[in-house]
Amino acid sequence: MTADTVLASTPGGMPAAPVRARRWSTPVILLLVAAGLLAFSAVRVITGADDITSSGAVRAALALAVPIGLAGLGGLWSERAGVVNIGLEGMMILGTWGGAWGALTFGAWGGIIAGAMAGALGGLLHAVATVTFNVDHIVSGVAITILAFGLARFLSSLTFANMPGGGDTQSPSVPDLPRISLPGVSALDGVESKHWFLVSDMAGILRGLLTDVSVLTLIAIALVPLTFYLLWRTSFGLRLRSCGENPQAAETLGVNVYRYKYYGVVVSGALAGLGGAFLSMVASSIYREGQTAGRGYIGLATMIFGNWRPGGLAAGAVLFGYTDALQLRRGSESVHALLLLIAVILLAVGVWQIVRGTRIAGLVSIALAAVVSVWYFTTDQIPVEFVQAVPYVTTLVVLALASQRLRPPAADGQPYRRGGG
Amino acid sequence: MRRWDLRRVLPMIIAPLAALVLAALVSSAALLISGKDPLGAFSAMFDYAFGPDSGPDVTTEILNKATPYYLAALAVAIGFRMGLFNIGVDGQSRLGILAAGALGAASFLGVVPGPLRVVIMIIVAMAVGAAWAAVAALLKVYRGVSEVISTIMLNFIGGAIFAYLLTTDRLGVKAVGGEIVSTPLLKSDSWIPGVSVFAGTANKLFGFAFIAIACGIAYWFLVGRTRFGFDLRATGLNPSAAVASGVNAKRMVITTMLLSGGVAGLVALPEVLGRDHAVTTSTPALGFTGIAIALLGRNNPVGIALAALLWAFLDVSNLPLDLLDIPKEIVTIMQGVTVLAVVVAYELAARVGRRQQQRRVGAATGEAAIVTLEIPAALAAKPGVEAVSATVERPGPTAPPDSTAPPDMSAPSDPSAPSDPTVPGKHREEQS
Repeated sequence: MTADTVLASTPGGMPAAPVRARRWSTPVILLLVAAGLLAFSAVRVITGADDITSSGAVRAALALAVPIGLAGLGGLWSERAGVVNIGLEGMMILGTWGGAWGALTFGAWGGIIAGAMAGALGGLLHAVATVTFNVDHIVSGVAITILAFGLARFLSSLTFANMPGGGDTQSPSVPDLPRISLPGVSALDGVESKHWFLVSDMAGILRGLLTDVSVLTLIAIALVPLTFYLLWRTSFGLRLRSCGENPQAAETLGVNVYRYKYYGVVVSGALAGLGGAFLSMVASSIYREGQTAGRGYIGLATMIFGNWRPGGLAAGAVLFGYTDALQLRRGSESVHALLLLIAVILLAVGVWQIVRGTRIAGLVSIALAAVVSVWYFTTDQIPVEFVQAVPYVTTLVVLALASQRLRPPAADGQPYRRGGG
Repeated sequence: MRRWDLRRVLPMIIAPLAALVLAALVSSAALLISGKDPLGAFSAMFDYAFGPDSGPDVTTEILNKATPYYLAALAVAIGFRMGLFNIGVDGQSRLGILAAGALGAASFLGVVPGPLRVVIMIIVAMAVGAAWAAVAALLKVYRGVSEVISTIMLNFIGGAIFAYLLTTDRLGVKAVGGEIVSTPLLKSDSWIPGVSVFAGTANKLFGFAFIAIACGIAYWFLVGRTRFGFDLRATGLNPSAAVASGVNAKRMVITTMLLSGGVAGLVALPEVLGRDHAVTTSTPALGFTGIAIALLGRNNPVGIALAALLWAFLDVSNLPLDLLDIPKEIVTIMQGVTVLAVVVAYELAARVGRRQQQRRVGAATGEAAIVTLEIPAALAAKPGVEAVSATVERPGPTAPPDSTAPPDMSAPSDPSAPSDPTVPGKHREEQS
């Protein structure tokens, strides 16, 4: 983006910090998970907001994380190939229609394929505009979102309106995909309802994750390591990523940059379409207009949150899915309970920052912690409108705090012409 | 120096027309596939909008609808001119209008004379819109957050705040017997009266339309005739050259976002001051529409006006399609295709223009001709290369009046004398 270049090239600005390749090792991640679990149990016991670790909330979180994660993966494929895809939302919209229509016409599995194909067509359009015609990526994405909205409406008024139980803006009930449960896990129900410290929390989380899981959820989860493998462990992935980092260099090595950009963007659309199909087939088993509700954008934010890597992206999707899920499960109280957790985390971050010597950031964190705890202790619940805004606020806060550590692909969003050295 | 080089202006006029034709073709194809009659659909729309029966009524409605569209597109265009994407017009206008509506109806302002209250409402709407945009601007400048993402997030957050505040516990009231929650009704002395423009209709044009036109003129003046506007365009066209010539990038980002947000705050005012006299949950916020119209109008104040009228025509005149059993969503498809086609068409037109210019430069100077011919076509399409061929061989008298050579950028670094500010800007506008 032009304006970003301005800020980056400001004379006297901070020199670009060297990129530290900091990887978290497996023990550290496990420790963090354990600490998180303890913190959540403690918060639940202290506040009595049982829903924050209930199996229902966890199941809802998983179901809500899937479309966000799929959109995020879509964004990853596209941006790794150097094309910003803000049309994810539009491709998801196409996917919701495609999924419902395919499922009603060809059965549930047909819905998955039709949803992905509908999204892929949106991706193809984006690729034609941005790669072949060099249209600004954001502009094309916005146009595709507008177009997809109208197209989905037009198509559903042609298809669903004539079906019994359907209409211009919604479809009849869509056949569901099979759901799988790990045998034996449902027996944990007894443990969960005891509300013991830690034990019941783990039971709730396990039940939520292992029972009544849709096949499409499993596919979506499998797509995360698959994406990692394809993009980081194969020569195909290396070429695709090189198109996002330095297309001219890739070109000199004989990579057909246009073709790889097309691959990236079309796969991106297919993944977003799959996310849309999940919404209309699994999450609500009906197509409804406006069903995506900005999830494509949250997916994009998730990808940024995850620093353009699949693992971080998945973590972000789970986080957003969880905050999204809480609003369905007595959100006003659950999110209110989490305020306590946020206050403690902010306090810890603040102290850590001061110890590290960044005093201002530390003081700001501690001040925020104070504000949040005052909020917690003076109120009983959070207005439902604010609960709905939680994922967006989280995104914004994360971006504000971490955006300077993020490393997008170097040529992300820049136009490329063959032979344009 | 000739301003209007026909050879360059012509593609820029043909491009949107070609896009419109393409959009009409695509939607006709969609209608044919679904077994409807496209010609019947289009003629029904035209009849409804301009025919003798409903024409005067509907045309006024189109003008009224176009007014907020115009403002939304202006807000977006200000950012576009410097390469900033303000996708947050939606949230900015929602919060702006809510603050203005609540304040305008507040009892403690009751003693203030009506016209002054209107002025206060306008200022408050702009200030709140600008403040909401400022969040994105500050995040961009100090934390490096892309304004594309932050404004989208701020839209959702702004929507939540709007919904939270516009409830009966807070700023909203419920009309007697009604279900709709709105801000209290404005007193009739702070309405902006409408103007009759067509005979044979009771519909009146929003008085605010004239304020919108004034905004368009102000936009033209600011962007095209002031030093700030020059810096704005220079930053949009070539950020590093602009910074090198002394533009303060951070301040430009903040000022531009504030301006954009301020105009965005006005978006819902025409309808609230001219027709609804209260802010309701259905008061529209036109973020994406504004983006589309700004793109269609090439960020040019007149172009945006035409695009806003077209958009409003499509939105208003699709009503009779229902009677013909044609899904009126076909209009949304037309709008989407138009935007996509128009950006592609402008890109192609710009390529053709660049190639032509190279040929002319080549014809004017023999040596340059050899240079240009030797450069493969694909390479020559790159502006930087073209600039080199244009500056190395200074064109003779028949050469095009303006070259895109980056060295020209350094000329206006002297703040007191921006030599014709339109020159470097004109050529690569398609990049915005």
